[in-house]
Amino acid sequence: MELTFPTKPFKTHGGAAVPHRKNTAQVESVMLPPPEQVVLPMQQHVGPPCTPTVKVGDTVLIGQKIADSTAFVSAPIHATISGTVSAIKKVTLSGGQFMDAVVIDSDGKMEVSPDVKPPVINSLPEFLEAVHASGLVGLGGAGFPAHVKLKVPDDKNVDTLIINVAECEPYITSDNRCAIEDTDEIFTGVRAVQHWLGLHRVILGVEGNKPDVIAKFNKYLSESQEASDQEIKVLELRSSYPQGAEKVLIQSCTGRRVPIGKLPADAGCVVMNVTSCAHLGTFLKTGMPLVDKRLTIDGSAIKSPKNVVVPIGTNIRTIIDFCGGYKATPKKILMGGPMMGVSIVSDNLPVIKQNNAIVCLDEKEAHKLEPSACIRCGRCVTGCPMNLMPTLLEKNAIAKRVDELKSLDVMDCMECGTCSFNCPAGRPLVQAIRLGKAMVRAEGKK
Amino acid sequence: MEEKLVVSSSPHIRSGATTRKIMLDVILALVPAAIVSVIVFGPRALMIMAVTILSCVLSEYICRRVMKRENTIGDLSAVVTGLLLAFNLPVSIHPLMAAFGGMIAIVVVKQMFGGIGQNFVNPALTARIILMNSFPTPMTTWTQPRSYLGDAVTTASPLGLLKQGASADQLPSLMNMFVGNTAGCLGETCALALILGGIYLVVRKVISPVIPLCYIGTAAVLSLCMGRNVWIDLLSGGLMLGAIFMATDYATSPITLKGQVIFAIGCGVITMLIRNFGSLPEGVSYSIVVMNILVPLIDSATRPVAFGKEPVKDEAQR
Repeated sequence: MELTFPTKPFKTHGGAAVPHRKNTAQVESVMLPPPEQVVLPMQQHVGPPCTPTVKVGDTVLIGQKIADSTAFVSAPIHATISGTVSAIKKVTLSGGQFMDAVVIDSDGKMEVSPDVKPPVINSLPEFLEAVHASGLVGLGGAGFPAHVKLKVPDDKNVDTLIINVAECEPYITSDNRCAIEDTDEIFTGVRAVQHWLGLHRVILGVEGNKPDVIAKFNKYLSESQEASDQEIKVLELRSSYPQGAEKVLIQSCTGRRVPIGKLPADAGCVVMNVTSCAHLGTFLKTGMPLVDKRLTIDGSAIKSPKNVVVPIGTNIRTIIDFCGGYKATPKKILMGGPMMGVSIVSDNLPVIKQNNAIVCLDEKEAHKLEPSACIRCGRCVTGCPMNLMPTLLEKNAIAKRVDELKSLDVMDCMECGTCSFNCPAGRPLVQAIRLGKAMVRAEGKK
Repeated sequence: MEEKLVVSSSPHIRSGATTRKIMLDVILALVPAAIVSVIVFGPRALMIMAVTILSCVLSEYICRRVMKRENTIGDLSAVVTGLLLAFNLPVSIHPLMAAFGGMIAIVVVKQMFGGIGQNFVNPALTARIILMNSFPTPMTTWTQPRSYLGDAVTTASPLGLLKQGASADQLPSLMNMFVGNTAGCLGETCALALILGGIYLVVRKVISPVIPLCYIGTAAVLSLCMGRNVWIDLLSGGLMLGAIFMATDYATSPITLKGQVIFAIGCGVITMLIRNFGSLPEGVSYSIVVMNILVPLIDSATRPVAFGKEPVKDEAQR
């Protein structure tokens, strides 16, 4: 079948007009001065946690592997500063779980390990092994190990690579800045995936609120000498939340719908976040694994919002202090954006691989509407990108009707938050749906 | 950090829409029709509106107190019900009857079923029907427009005249019906004001235009098929008021687009059947209430298909 490039996005259902608040989109990223200490939790990915391969007292250099796992769905962790392993201890993560972490005290030199050298790749298995060795996980927030995602099962007919540059969450601009500042690395990564997976259609999906990114990508591609770049095209997407949700993005870019309970490969697509591509490109060029991350620090409680490139494992408080500290008492601190981010109990937590923003809300912005009765306005239903009925899901979750929840396809919900955002009665729809999903999962285990 | 942080489930921001703001928008949308009713029927119209609103709000307040539930008069939905009820009454109605109607709407129809969002029929319309059956004569005594300036003169409504077999030239002119200079309930006479209110609600995204358009469209087509005067059918009686403000009530209309189309077409069909074949001149209230009762069935028959559950199509057409 002939693959065509869409000139405008395909229609998708629902969505919400969330505020953009991309205050930091035009501000160049800054490097955080080397922190005195980093804390590297053993789980920074989806899958079983890693075990440390270093011991207390060891000297480590940047890019040196400090933890790994034998499990397939996993990603190794590397030292992000040079120094000494001062402790291996349990820390609390954003989700409240206890996890072993390797603590590295800096020697202030930021010395790079001699192990860091460009990988030699001659075949697809070698490419996937290199991706695994780079410690790359889905940097859009999911944290799914990249080499697992790129290993397409033999029975799936994948023909399209979609690069996610939608960045539909309010405040967050780290992908935007990455696209502007690391354009070359991005295309190095994209071309590698395109080449080794043998794909002939690459679509860079960019929301229309980032015209600078669209212009930069188009200019880069038009000036490119690579013949295969003819198969890479930029697609301007509608600036509508949740445009960057994988299933929504696939439909916008290809018109295909991922069947319920299936993966993008079932719709013939591989989706990668743009920052993931940039890190892959860096690794292929230099051999430097995933050791640093660009974070958007913003929100009504932050004094001078900016994008900061930080070593993974840096304490959040250190980064916030670097951004001038708080201008108002923070009431809520979010890892991620205000729509899907996780609210954390303290700013004394380390940055992990899949973090892309720290958003601090002041009292006023964190204010929550007191829930009142559902007025059946239907805004949750018309807004649901998965075409579900959130109000019914909520009622059935509260009533603990598991069979009804299943028949309403509760597991298809991706918790994007559109329903709760839209609800004029302030009902905690997503929260109820999460409980409902947990009930369905628990029943499945019985 | 001394202050404790709030930890909650995402999302952490809201659109800013609230029930109260939605109700306020509906009230604003009703203001033009209210002004016209005062011009056409005199200060007494204002008094009737005040009585029904007061009766509704008071009933809601007392009811919630007695039931030991949180007070909900702040959401302004009782004000909307009161105003809509007044719009469905003739100006000559006794204030006590109007107050009784408000009480029925709130206590019996709304609060006994659980309050806002839980009532299965439209409170104002059901109250009108109960008043109609309890006090048939006062409920169908119409006053000549602007006759409050001299002696109040009673007359028949345009649809009543039509039922009695009047010819078109015995009816008020279409222009008079469009601007509201005709006999009828307080808020139903001026199509212009109601349409303006409807446009406001659509622009503010409080209602979707689907229900009003399908309802009015169905009525127009049927009127044509039945050989009636389409313009008189559209501009007289409660069609505009019903289609724009009553059939679009959230609690008693289907939640999905497909359901709303079915619902609105049903309303249009029943309205025209009653107008043409029934012994009553007007059928808007009954048609909407009957369709209200069918909403749970329509809703379960038009449940949306979850993303990815539909049969697989490749490279779907745009």
